[in-house]
Amino acid sequence: MKLNSIFRKYGIIIVLTVLIVAFGIGNKLFFTVSNFINIIRQISILGIITIGMSFVLISGGIDLSVGSQLSFIGVVTATMFTKYDINPLLACSIGILIATLVGTMNGVFIANTKVPPLIATLAMQQILLGLGYIISKGKPIYGLTQSVKFIGQGHIGPIPTPIIILIIFIVIGSFVLNKTYLGRYFYAIGSNDEVARLSGINVKLVRTLAYAMCGFLSGIAAIIMMSRINSGSPTVGSGFEMDVLTAAVLGGVSVSGGEGKIFGAMVGALIIGVLSNGLIIMNVSEYYQMVIKGLVLACAIAFDSVNNKKMQSNAL
Amino acid sequence: MNNENLLSLKSITKSYSGVTVLDNVSLDIRKGEVHALVGANGAGKSTLIKAISGAIIPDKGKIIFEEKEYNSMSPQLSSSLGIAVIYQEFNLIPSLSVAENIFMGNRLDNSRLVNFKKLEEKANEILKHFSIDIKPSQKVKGLSVAYMQIVEIAKALTRNIKLLILDEPTAPLTNVEVDVLFDLINSLKEKGVSIIYISHRLEEIFGISDRVTVLRDGKKVVTLNTQETNRKELIGHMINSEVGEEYPTRAAKYGEVLFEAKNLCGKGFKNINFKVHKGEIFGISGLVGAKRTEIVRAIFGADKLSSGEIIFEGNNVMLKSPYDAISKGIAMIPEERKSQGVILNLSIKWNLTIAIVRNISKLFVVNLKKENEVVDEYKNVLSIKMSDEGQRVSTLSGGNQQKVVLSKWLASKPKLIIFDEPTRGIDVGAKKEIYNIINRLADDGIGIIFISSEMDEMIGLSDRMIVLSEGEIMTELNKEEFSKLEILNFASGNK
Repeated sequence: MKLNSIFRKYGIIIVLTVLIVAFGIGNKLFFTVSNFINIIRQISILGIITIGMSFVLISGGIDLSVGSQLSFIGVVTATMFTKYDINPLLACSIGILIATLVGTMNGVFIANTKVPPLIATLAMQQILLGLGYIISKGKPIYGLTQSVKFIGQGHIGPIPTPIIILIIFIVIGSFVLNKTYLGRYFYAIGSNDEVARLSGINVKLVRTLAYAMCGFLSGIAAIIMMSRINSGSPTVGSGFEMDVLTAAVLGGVSVSGGEGKIFGAMVGALIIGVLSNGLIIMNVSEYYQMVIKGLVLACAIAFDSVNNKKMQSNAL
Repeated sequence: MNNENLLSLKSITKSYSGVTVLDNVSLDIRKGEVHALVGANGAGKSTLIKAISGAIIPDKGKIIFEEKEYNSMSPQLSSSLGIAVIYQEFNLIPSLSVAENIFMGNRLDNSRLVNFKKLEEKANEILKHFSIDIKPSQKVKGLSVAYMQIVEIAKALTRNIKLLILDEPTAPLTNVEVDVLFDLINSLKEKGVSIIYISHRLEEIFGISDRVTVLRDGKKVVTLNTQETNRKELIGHMINSEVGEEYPTRAAKYGEVLFEAKNLCGKGFKNINFKVHKGEIFGISGLVGAKRTEIVRAIFGADKLSSGEIIFEGNNVMLKSPYDAISKGIAMIPEERKSQGVILNLSIKWNLTIAIVRNISKLFVVNLKKENEVVDEYKNVLSIKMSDEGQRVSTLSGGNQQKVVLSKWLASKPKLIIFDEPTRGIDVGAKKEIYNIINRLADDGIGIIFISSEMDEMIGLSDRMIVLSEGEIMTELNKEEFSKLEILNFASGNK
């Protein structure tokens, strides 16, 4: 029991350490400062969306449309640059606003119908995927203004800009969850929405806010992604929701709601980053990587589910 | 009817975690009789039926069915012996046809395919007995409740049944439908089927049954020939004349009218009128199915009212959500503590402040200092036993969980508190503490609406009460008019 509770608390960090050591022994290139910065830069987009997904998961939902949002918002924003020559700052803001609206629509739809979030956001995923293809005619949109490059490729001092943005949102995200009553409400509705409602919480509104915030963060991530690959690509986010979910669940955010911390989710994102990076360095093909990540997600969810059952039986 | 016994129960005893729900109950059911089972809430009727159907295994006792002795039943065994139970909740698949439901789990022949024509013909044969118009091909979801019940009974009749148990069968039925059901019962009886009939509508018991057994607090009180008894005698047997718990006495001094319900109508209840004064404990009494919980939930804004007015502190108020009710100063301790009262996986602290955390926040940010003050204040008011306030509520005992719910609402400084079964499932010591708290709150001038299924509690605590039966007020009683006999008489539908 003691070992079990230690593992529950620090297991994720142990897993991360083991992975790092293993890859370090496997390949010398892995164990370098530049590679570590590289890993963190690579996961900054994943990390930002994972914060949003954590809000949604903690409040008892799930958002499968985040990957499509990544593509769609990139395409829309890139189109604003190339076709309509809109001021970069304004274009990016509109992009993020649209993402927030998409999230809000997810939330309003889920909160007001009895459609399971899994299905509702799956529908949104498909809609956005299609819209992205329509707008881009299926091809990446090139020709972005040089000034936006800074967001995805620039540095502030020695640190890459995406990492700075990630850190800002980790701080804000943790603040919202731990210090504001909105954070409490997320945990409350994710744990038991009937008690929450009977305690005077506007469950529909809070639920919608969680999805809206997830949309907002996906929008931010989409701008970084667009800037990093220097184009608006309609396919860049395909399957990204899997990585996001895996990171969150690995980090102890429960798919059944009411549990989780931003810190844990970020360690989860790091594990995904280390895993991808290490596997690439060790020349494991992309197809095998998919299989491995799928297995990791399955294990993480199984662990979460077993844990949940244990807690429920403890409660009785 | 002959005097041969179909079923005999001998000294059936069952207890759950130390609480005896059936205590040495012995009962004979004769062949071809309608045997009614009556008793107040918690008398043990449902448990007794479960012992017969095999849903539970008795701790002690014997079940003799057709002269064979069994220590316990199982659902398979009871069904193979010809025992069928029709519960209040139906066991039908709405998207399938009447015929398919009737023969659910029964193969007509050895073919791998279903012969729908044959199925429907067979179903028709059974349905013919009921002299009502149901097409076997009709989907169940389109049927009225009464017809669903008949399908449920028809399902039982596909087997060769000897004992049919009906648990509150008439609760959802209209008068005409009750007549249909009674015709059916009588025709089954003529065929020699025995029927156990549970209902809290005493007039029905006199209309349909041959004998009646009264249960009280898990014990059998008496079995009588229905023709040789009357309503008053039955009720007399149903109530416990001993004085139960000691209830803290209190000189009720109540002030002006705080709350008034005017003609409230909603899910299952209508024309509810009552007033609650400041400092008054106002009881809402009734049997299971009287819609007590539905009424208070609607008052609290948790469910919709279809019409009626609520006047609070002299103003006509619209309470569309619990939020509205809370902001007016109304709190509700709900019936189901674990699913509606506390959030089990969150900390005691967060549970205590969940209803007011918004009020102690500035620009969304929770003032942790203020929160700690609130927690410190209220955890001591009710002396919740805990190691620290970060502890999950799931680790607390039932009584302490209930105190968390109470504290959470006290922290919102309410003017009216609704207590719906506040003592259910908690130990005797904690119960007493809760009585004292309720009295103290009333002494402080808070209006209290109190619901309990324990009659002693209702009488011991309330200053005034209304008695409901099936969603309507039967009477309003003042403290000096309280008597178990009166209350039960009204609660079982006698105006």
